[in-house]
Amino acid sequence: MSYEMWIILTGSLVGVTCGTIGCLLIIRKMAMLSDGISHTVLLGIVLAYLISQSLSSIYMLIGALIIGMLTAFLVQFLYNRGIHTDASIGIVFTSLFALGVFLVSIYARQVHLDIDHVLMGEITFVPWNRLTLFGVDLGPQAVWMLGTVLVINTVILIIFYEPIKISSFDPVLATALGINVVFIHYLLMGMVSLSIVASFESVGSILVVTMLIVPGATAYLMTKRLSTMIAVSAMVGILGSVVGYAIAYWFDVSIAGAMSVALGLIFAIVFILQLIIKKMYQRSHRGKIHVT
Amino acid sequence: MNAIELQDVSVAYQKQLVLRDINVNIPTGKLVGVVGPNGAGKSTFIKSILDIVPRVSGDVKILGDSYRKQRQKVGYVPQKEEVDWDFPTNVLDVVLMGMYRKQKRWHRNSKDDIDTAKSCLKKVGMDGYEKRQINELSGGQQQRVFLARALAQDSPIYLMDEPFTGVDAATEKAIVKLLEEMKKQGKTVIVVHHDLQTVSEYFDWLILLNQKVLHAGPTEKVFTLENIQQTYGGSLQVLNTNQSNPSVLHS
Amino acid sequence: MFEWLQDPNLQWVLLGTTILGITSGMIGCFAVLKRQSLISDAVAHAALPGVCLAFIVVRDKELIYLLIGAVIAGYIATYCIQYIVQHSKLKEDTSIGVVLSVFFGFGVVLLTYISNNLAGNQSGLDEFVFGQAASLSSQDVQIISIVSLVLVTVLVLFYKEFKLITFDPNFAKALGLSYNKINNLLMLLIVGAIVIGIQTVGVVLMTAMIIIPPAAARLWTEKLSVMLLLAGTFGGIASLLGTYFSTLALRVATGPVIVLCEAAIFFLSLLFAPKRGIVYKNWVFRKLRRSHKNQQTTRKHKVI
Repeated sequence: MSYEMWIILTGSLVGVTCGTIGCLLIIRKMAMLSDGISHTVLLGIVLAYLISQSLSSIYMLIGALIIGMLTAFLVQFLYNRGIHTDASIGIVFTSLFALGVFLVSIYARQVHLDIDHVLMGEITFVPWNRLTLFGVDLGPQAVWMLGTVLVINTVILIIFYEPIKISSFDPVLATALGINVVFIHYLLMGMVSLSIVASFESVGSILVVTMLIVPGATAYLMTKRLSTMIAVSAMVGILGSVVGYAIAYWFDVSIAGAMSVALGLIFAIVFILQLIIKKMYQRSHRGKIHVT
Repeated sequence: MNAIELQDVSVAYQKQLVLRDINVNIPTGKLVGVVGPNGAGKSTFIKSILDIVPRVSGDVKILGDSYRKQRQKVGYVPQKEEVDWDFPTNVLDVVLMGMYRKQKRWHRNSKDDIDTAKSCLKKVGMDGYEKRQINELSGGQQQRVFLARALAQDSPIYLMDEPFTGVDAATEKAIVKLLEEMKKQGKTVIVVHHDLQTVSEYFDWLILLNQKVLHAGPTEKVFTLENIQQTYGGSLQVLNTNQSNPSVLHS
Repeated sequence: MFEWLQDPNLQWVLLGTTILGITSGMIGCFAVLKRQSLISDAVAHAALPGVCLAFIVVRDKELIYLLIGAVIAGYIATYCIQYIVQHSKLKEDTSIGVVLSVFFGFGVVLLTYISNNLAGNQSGLDEFVFGQAASLSSQDVQIISIVSLVLVTVLVLFYKEFKLITFDPNFAKALGLSYNKINNLLMLLIVGAIVIGIQTVGVVLMTAMIIIPPAAARLWTEKLSVMLLLAGTFGGIASLLGTYFSTLALRVATGPVIVLCEAAIFFLSLLFAPKRGIVYKNWVFRKLRRSHKNQQTTRKHKVI
């Protein structure tokens, strides 16, 4: 497979993985929690490195998963103590991020982590960082990691689709029906953390946040059912990475950044279309309202 | 056996006791109204049965056992403001949510389930709305969808938080008809209510609540002017002083 | 112990960060009370494309041009967020997320465009975004001080109006106040406070300086005026301590240490603040439970 195809494939995998899980965050009004977690996983990665002294992906996954869950837990804890969700997200993620940056700057000589790189990410290098098993070249490592997380997420989503949907719409009903709402919450947070850290290495934190929120938000404007919303969101994610790669190629700019911009454009088009449709609908119904 | 028994239940938010030593036994098969002034703790009363508020003391029994064990037997109809009506789903799907327990994991939404859900919608006068997006419903229609969902749950006990608030006359009638029907099936329905005018018409059992249970029992015994004045304190204007059927406005 | 105060370079840094802490703490109060604290996160991220565009237009890394670019971009970002919420069924948090990520992505695109096409000299620009307190010059501190003074003066002048629209927008409208005008002014203040801080502590940590001191102050008081003063004090103290620890004791980046100091202040407030603190609340709840149990038992004895 060519270099370009690997990059587009990686981008699309991020789009599908984050796009699906992002829908669940949006309907639970927790979109910004994903922004928070995408920053705090830095702390998880740093801690994992300091403890294991290795840059292996598996330690990073575990470290990021733990810190991601901790972020969600602390936000919930502050919320239960009467601090509004937005403020508690802001407090928790900035503090943990500050701790991460602080640790990086203390152990700067040992840690080969470049914060700029973590934030901006460079998908350009993905095709060269290959996974080899028994001497066989299996393709880029990032593709395997993203693929694995995507499979895990999909399986969980299929098994727990109904409980996730019910507990998002009406948590009290869900409790009355015997669904463990707390378990579902942390299950989702686990999926979010996994998706973020898997995507993170290859595309950086901005594109992760874009991929988590923008496709879902676009799909939310277009669809009436959760299942179709998830499917549309995944497709918007793929479209965004293809168009984004084209933009990056034409203007010779950052691929991850261009994919964000492409998703932004897709969102803007859908947003304007729904505005126009709403206007037309109101106009065509204005006459009827006068009669009644 | 009583449907619900509360013993010495007290509930506090922060340092304020909202409910004080609630002792009440609600018999099965009744339409129970929970009535009291604003801030009397009516919603908290319902929530203490559902075990979702911090209880300072006391014990709740549902059909003789704890809520944790009997949770399956309680259907809850929340105030319609408590959920996000922009959620991407349609009317039929909301009703099907009520049947979550009956569905086997790998056989979702069988034809039977959908038929049951449709018949529940028909009972609340919402047939023909199955495919409607939920944010296109009026307030009364939202309330009826919630009731249909509760019907689909098919529980012996129902708790409803202000189902008559902000609904149109047609919906109010539909709800009343439904309550009667539930009673005929031997279900116990507990309704938080704030319109004193309709109390004696709708309910056959009554709880007068103002932080504590002041009076509880069959409506004809409990719903007297004296008891109501005691419950509401001074904030009550009496229009028609007819002891057997007081009709009142509260401010 | 205090000989470090002699170093003129350090004095400037210390002065700059402290003023920044006070200003952002005070202005942040309104963002937190309006439950829009994360808008500050979006504004901070939106500064990147603003700075880049300003550089592309004027081809100069003079701070004042970059600041103007950042303010304009930040202001457009807040406008977009509100427009999306008003004209679709998307909620505010999603809208913030969309604007934040797309603006920042656009910024990264511009950054790479500049480094590829404009003499490869973007180093100062990403420093602007990720923060570099140690390099604060006396000139930077002068700009920070002047802008802060203007922001705080406006805050004091329009205190009553801001209070009204924050607490009860509809009532404010009924009084004949122009909600939009006052809200826009408030947003401009928030954007201004964020923009002057970004080059010192960086995008993400600037969000912390807007949110954490007010959230801590809120735990101590029920009065807005007291909250403003407390938030300013907390922000100032955290900046002082943070700068001291980072530049002298630890020799690490300043921004994160300042934010960690703020986090510590918040954590202590959460535990020990009167009335809203965890310790006090638990104590009251226990006491209530115990006295209530006692009453119940005595009552039962009486019945027997």
